[in-house]
Amino acid sequence: MLNILKKFIQKVFNDIFSHRGELKLGFYGPPNAGKTTLANKICMDWVGEEIGKVSEIAHETRKVSVKGEVEVEHDGKKLTFAIADTPGIATKIDYEDFIKSGINRAKAKQRAKEATKGVIEAIKWIDNMDVVVVVLDATKDPYSQVNITIIGNLAARDIPVLIIANKTDLKKASIKKVQAAFPQYDVVGMSAKKGKGMDEFYEALFALVG
Amino acid sequence: MVTLQLMPYSQIEGLSSLGRIRKLLDVAKDDTVVLLQGRLKPEEETELIKATMEKINKDFKGIELAVVKPGKTKEGGFASIKNDIINAVLGDRQGFTLVGPANIVKAIKKDPDRIQLMMNKSRKRR
Ligand SMILES: Nc1nc2c(ncn2[C@@H]2O[C@H](COP(=O)(O)OP(=O)(O)OP(=O)(O)O)[C@@H](O)[C@H]2O)c(=O)[nH]1
Ligand SMILES: [Mg+2]
Repeated sequence: MLNILKKFIQKVFNDIFSHRGELKLGFYGPPNAGKTTLANKICMDWVGEEIGKVSEIAHETRKVSVKGEVEVEHDGKKLTFAIADTPGIATKIDYEDFIKSGINRAKAKQRAKEATKGVIEAIKWIDNMDVVVVVLDATKDPYSQVNITIIGNLAARDIPVLIIANKTDLKKASIKKVQAAFPQYDVVGMSAKKGKGMDEFYEALFALVG
Repeated sequence: MVTLQLMPYSQIEGLSSLGRIRKLLDVAKDDTVVLLQGRLKPEEETELIKATMEKINKDFKGIELAVVKPGKTKEGGFASIKNDIINAVLGDRQGFTLVGPANIVKAIKKDPDRIQLMMNKSRKRR
């Protein structure tokens, strides 16, 4: 009974999310790592429009946002993706942090409420991904539990993972530390903001799913 | 004052995954940090995060979480026999889990051989 229900939900989901032959590519990670910045870059390059808003304040993305029919060409090979930019996953959300960033109290509370829902949505969507790019801020401690939880869940579901050590334009960034924390994974260092490392990114992505 | 409550795995073993998570969340509040013997599965970690998100309000800001796997011992021999016995009892549950409310635990830092809990110094009374 439960299985039938599960299959039904899966089917409805597949119908809205993706066309046949599209690879469902999810962008996951902690808040503020640069998921939307990177997803925007890819969408701009191949469809000419962005997928979502970027902000220096965490939890800017609070709903999963999907862009389908993104045709990417690399080394003479073509793949079509449905790109899903997801809200950053966190174990805590404090509206007072938003107030400190200059958002008024009412809006800060609203943002926190939406952010909690966003985290739940992001987690629910994991099951539907064909491949996931985990975006980490390479200036931060890679051993944070959220990173381990995300990658552990993807591994448990046999979903191929590419790890991005983002923000390499910053002095504090260390690709090595990220690689050391996740030795069994491909780690690509890049600066999504500056558009540096895009070739290596596509190379690794195509190697993973191509 | 902060309480560190030790929870043997046997205390949650008989519960469903959801029951386990509820129990952990119920205890990890009001200045109490839970040290669970044994660890959660990745799917249970995300369930715990989802349940935490549902509970967040103006007083409860969420949790700090650390799931620790047993490290490989260099000694071999005795230690590995001991590990084998623990393995047989706990299966892939070996290790431990720390869950603390975010208003008192600011961060948990894991090094290969130690765990640091960074506490919030300026705790506002409301
Ligand atoms: N220096 C630097 N900053 C970056 C880079 N990529 C993103 N950022 C900045 O990091 C901040 C967060 O970027 P977002 O793309 O919104 O991050 P996100 O992961 O989508 O965050 P949430 O939606 O809140 O989960 C913004 O201020 C970006 O400009 C980078 O490569 N280098
Ligand atoms: Mg975003």
